[in-house]
Amino acid sequence: MVYGFSPMDGGSLQVFGLDISRDWRQIKSRIGVCQQENSLDPDLTVLENLEVFARYFNIPRKQAREKAKELLSFIALDHRLNAPVAELSGGLMRRLVLARALINTPDLLILDEPTTGLDPQSRHQLWDRLEGLRKKGISILLTTHYMEEASRLCDRLIIIDHGLILVEGKPEELIREHVGRDVIEISGPTLQLRSFLQSHQVTNEDLGHRLIVYFEDRGELYQRIALDYCREGCVMRTATLEDVFLKLTGRELRE
Amino acid sequence: MSRTSTLRISRRFLRVWQRNLMVYQKNWKISFIPPFLEPLFYLIAFGIGLSGLIGNVRYQGAEISYVQFIAPALIGVSIMYNSFFETTYNSFVRMYYQKTFDAMLATPLSLEEVITGEIVWGATKSLIAAAIMMVVITSFGLIQYPEGFLLLPLAVLGGIAFGSVGMFFTAVVGNVEMFNLPVFLFVTPMFLFSGTFFPIENLPPWAQHAALGLPLTHLANLARAFATGHYQTILLWGTGYLLLFSLVFFPLALLKMRQRLIK
Repeated sequence: MVYGFSPMDGGSLQVFGLDISRDWRQIKSRIGVCQQENSLDPDLTVLENLEVFARYFNIPRKQAREKAKELLSFIALDHRLNAPVAELSGGLMRRLVLARALINTPDLLILDEPTTGLDPQSRHQLWDRLEGLRKKGISILLTTHYMEEASRLCDRLIIIDHGLILVEGKPEELIREHVGRDVIEISGPTLQLRSFLQSHQVTNEDLGHRLIVYFEDRGELYQRIALDYCREGCVMRTATLEDVFLKLTGRELRE
Repeated sequence: MSRTSTLRISRRFLRVWQRNLMVYQKNWKISFIPPFLEPLFYLIAFGIGLSGLIGNVRYQGAEISYVQFIAPALIGVSIMYNSFFETTYNSFVRMYYQKTFDAMLATPLSLEEVITGEIVWGATKSLIAAAIMMVVITSFGLIQYPEGFLLLPLAVLGGIAFGSVGMFFTAVVGNVEMFNLPVFLFVTPMFLFSGTFFPIENLPPWAQHAALGLPLTHLANLARAFATGHYQTILLWGTGYLLLFSLVFFPLALLKMRQRLIK
């Protein structure tokens, strides 16, 4: 809706204090969008992709070329200006899509699952670039299914399930609030362990063959559980955003 | 459809047109071959092969050679093919496989400007093809000037008409194979029965009426009139028909595309 892909079925929508149904062109000229699907122009080269895109924003030719070159060096693709887009790897294409979204020096950058399907190296490369942009002060709106990505990049995070906002806040705060500091994962829990947890009123999630224990007291509980109830298959780790997400949205498979 | 107080089509559609031109320029040498060779092949095959069997054709009360009869119609057919195939197969590839429209829609361009740019580009291809064919056909002495120059604006009008109807089909087909329907039920019959290779007067009366409903009949008619220098006021009806056809299918293509892409 923000960039005009979905019609509004009601209400009003403002971006930068402007009304989307009236000032859509002005709004769209101030945002940069990285769509989930690769929409680079395969008929054009790397540099042409940026220059042609700049034309859609009515950016003058000379200025567009300078900006394109600057962005290509930002994403470390300046040695392949004239390569056809089809020759690029998945990670490079994604970086080029990012550069393209920045061609109009946007006030707001919208990223729709920017690292889905990327190898770890490419993902980290992209994250580095996004962190750099964040430091420069660009507002970034990012949607993702990767909680690692969300906790690393987001200042303010919203978990939405079936169109409803479940929680909102800083990633660390959400973790503290909804799961605590640490997590113990126990595979194949015994009956004694279950009754121990119940009698001590420890928060846990029972998945049948697996128990997830959420707690706060830094290792003491883990020592007791590990020594008395399970010598193997018992792991303590720091709580993550993924725990929050699964706890709030459930573990069933989604459509 | 959202209520808007700003017009959705501005001159910015030329940016889309420019993008297509840029890609076209990359392989113009190959794109130039069909409009150059096609009339040559037809003129040789029909002019040398068939005209001996056929002799002359009566046109506007005069006898003209068979080659003279079909040469302008070939330009008409080419105007139809170039814009129609551009806004069907080529636009579909850009829209569906390359996601080019999606990328454009995330910029200040409106959907209407993207589609208008595509249709105007289709008409431009018709114009380029017509101009190349005119050079070839003129070298056989088969076009009268200055009337012949009217073929150029005719190519633009015909290009908009067939580009619009092509874009309409692109908006409604589910996959690329479905273009076979409009091609075999609409384009191919027109190619054969629109007074292109024989006068429609040779058809039974009901078929003559049917042929008058086809846009290529009027396009071929006008092309022949301009090439032979025989134009009369009655031809304004043909121009009016093509204008009306564009005025129906151009907005319809925009509407159907909006329904398809904005959801």
